[in-house]
Amino acid sequence: MQLKTFAISALAATLVAGCGANQTAVKSEASDKGATKSAPVKAKAKAKPAVIAGASGAMLASTCEGCHGTDGASTGPATPSIGGMSEDYLIEAMEEFRDGDTQSTIMGRIAKGYTDAEIVAMSEYYAGVDYVGVAQSADSSTVAKGEQLHNKYCDKCHHDGGSDASDDSGILAGQWAPYLQYTMEDFMNGDRDVGRKMKKKMDILLAKEGQSGLNAIISYYSSQR
Amino acid sequence: MKKQFNRRDFLKVSGGAAGAAAVGISLYSSTALAAKARVVIVGGGMGGAMAARHIKKADPAIDVTIVEQNANYHTCFMSNFVVTGHRQLDYLAHGYAGLAAEGINIVIDTVIGIDDDAVKTRGGKSIAFDRCVVSPGVNFKFVEGHSEEISNTKVTHAWKAGKQTQLLRDQLTAMKDGGTVLIGAPRNPFRCPPGPYERTALIAGYLKKHKPKSKVIVLDPKDKFSKFGLFTEGWRIHYGYGTENSYIDWINGANGGSIEALDADSMTVTAEIEDFEADVINIIPDQKAGHIAEVAGLTDDSGWCPVNLHTFESTLRKNIHVIGDASQAKGMPKSGYAASSEAKVCASAIVAMINGGNLESPAYVNTCYSVLSFEPKDAISVAAVYKLRQDGSKIQKMSGGLTPSGDKRNAAHRAREVDYALSWYENITSNTFAD
Repeated sequence: MQLKTFAISALAATLVAGCGANQTAVKSEASDKGATKSAPVKAKAKAKPAVIAGASGAMLASTCEGCHGTDGASTGPATPSIGGMSEDYLIEAMEEFRDGDTQSTIMGRIAKGYTDAEIVAMSEYYAGVDYVGVAQSADSSTVAKGEQLHNKYCDKCHHDGGSDASDDSGILAGQWAPYLQYTMEDFMNGDRDVGRKMKKKMDILLAKEGQSGLNAIISYYSSQR
Repeated sequence: MKKQFNRRDFLKVSGGAAGAAAVGISLYSSTALAAKARVVIVGGGMGGAMAARHIKKADPAIDVTIVEQNANYHTCFMSNFVVTGHRQLDYLAHGYAGLAAEGINIVIDTVIGIDDDAVKTRGGKSIAFDRCVVSPGVNFKFVEGHSEEISNTKVTHAWKAGKQTQLLRDQLTAMKDGGTVLIGAPRNPFRCPPGPYERTALIAGYLKKHKPKSKVIVLDPKDKFSKFGLFTEGWRIHYGYGTENSYIDWINGANGGSIEALDADSMTVTAEIEDFEADVINIIPDQKAGHIAEVAGLTDDSGWCPVNLHTFESTLRKNIHVIGDASQAKGMPKSGYAASSEAKVCASAIVAMINGGNLESPAYVNTCYSVLSFEPKDAISVAAVYKLRQDGSKIQKMSGGLTPSGDKRNAAHRAREVDYALSWYENITSNTFAD
C-alpha cells in the first residue's frame, strides 16, 4: 500500500542518514520557487509525514543550548553543564530520560524526539567539547567534610573528586548544586535508577552521616572547578 | 565561568548609545570591503542577535552587522517578574558588548527601508549587504482609542519590554487596595501564547500578597489559550479561581470578552458584553509583523512574512531572510526560544549559501516556561523538538508535551520547574548575547 511504503522509506531514510552523514544533498532552492505547498500525507496511517533526517551532531546539540548553555556550559542555577561529559554517559542519560527510567520534568518530553542515531551524534558532539565547571561558594569546613566523605564513599566510581569524564559517571566537580541536589533526591526516591553499587554506598552513608553528610558531599563537588 | 565584567557593569559604563560607541563598538568593520560576504541583520533581539552570533562563529570571514534601534535589548520573557516585583528591570537588559567582542558590527539606528542590496537607516546610513536577515518582532493593531503613544503613557501593552514594563509595575504599586487590574488578551497568532496568562497569574499573586481586596479581570476574544488546562488549574489552586473569592475573572470570547474600544481618559474599556472601568489597564493588542517587514514588502495579506522553512529566505524578496515572531514559521509558536532556534537554522543555511555548499539538515526546538506562583514555587512548561518535513511545508513536531496536571501533578517537580525556568533564562541569554 502506498502509505505503508512511504512510512517505511521514511524510517529507512532516518536510519541511513543517521549512520554518519553530516549533511544531506538538499540543495538550496531559489526563493522565487516559493515554499512547497504540497499537502502532507493524510493521517490515515499512524505515521507522521516524512521529515528531513541526518542532522549533524553540532546542529542537534545547538537545540540544547537554551537550557544547557553554549557548548553545554550551563550558567545555572539548576540545569546541569553537559559539555565534556563522556559519550557513553550522555547516551545512557538520554536513553533513560526517553524510556522513563529517569523521571523528569522536561527531558523525557524532549528525549523522545530524537532517534538512537541522533542521541549518539549529540553525545559525541558534547563529549568533544571542554567541560566548564563553576565553583560555587560553600562553607570551607562543610567542603572539607564533604571531601572526606567523597573519598570514603564515592571516589571509587567518581574518580578525581568527580572530575574525570572517562569514568562514565558524569562530571560532578563544578556542577550546579541544585542539580546535584535534585539528582540525589531522584536516586533516593526511585525516580532515577541508582544501580546496586551506588545504592549500597548511599545507604551506608545516609545511615552514618544522614542528609547533612550528603549535603556536605554536594557542597564539596559544587565548590570545585 | 561567568565573565567578571558582566552586562550590568557594561550598562553602567556605557550609558546608552553614545557610550557604546565610546567603548569601542565599531560602526563599520574596516575589513568589510575585504570580507567574503556581508550579512546585515535588522533587529538585535532573540532572533537577530543569535543569527549574527552563529553566522560569525561558523564563518569569521563573513562580515556581520546588526542594526538595532535600542542600545540595550530587554527580554519580554520574564518581564512579568519585573511587573510583579520579583526582579528589577535590569534583570531583563542585555547589551551588545559581548557580540561586538566577537567581531560583529553593532549599529544603533532604525532601519527605514530595505533595498535589494542595502538597508537604509533613519540616521542616514546605507549599509550594503549580500544577504539580509530581518528579525523585527511584532507590531500592534491597536483598538479604537488605543495607540503607541497612549501605551507609553497610560494604558500599556508592555509586550515589548523596557519602559512599559516599568510603567506597568509602577501603576500596580500605586494602585489602592480594592482596585481592579484589567488585562486585554489578543487574538491568535501573537507573540508568546502563554504570556498574558502568566501575567494574570503573577499579578493575582501580587494582589493576594499586597492588595488582597483587589482583582484581575481578563478580557479575551478567545475561548481557549495555550496551556489552558494548566493555567486554570493553577489559578484554582493558588488564586481561588472558580470560587466567590477568586482573584481572577476571565471573560472569554463566547461571553463577550472581545475588546472593541478604549477610553483612556476615563479608564474604561468597551467590550462586546459591556463596559469595564479599571484602575490599571493593560491591553495586549492583536499583532502583525514588525513594521519594517511591512515597509520592505516582506508581509502577505495575513500581516506576517512567508518564508522557506529550511533557509527562512522570504518567498517574496530574494536574499532577504525573516525569522522570529514576524515570520510564518509554520509548526512553531511565536516565542523567544523559537526565534533563537530559527536563527540557528537560518544562520547555518546562509553560511552554506554564501559558501556554495549543501544545506544542513535542520533541527528545531522550543520550550516555554510559565511561572504560576513564586510562593509556593509552581511553574509549568511546554516543550517540543522538531524536524522539517521533506516537502518543506511545515516544521514538524517530533515529540513534546506539557507539564502533567490533575492527579499526575507533582508539586516537587513544579517547584523545580521554577528553577529550570530561571536557568533557561540565564543560559539562553548568555548563549545569545555572549554576556
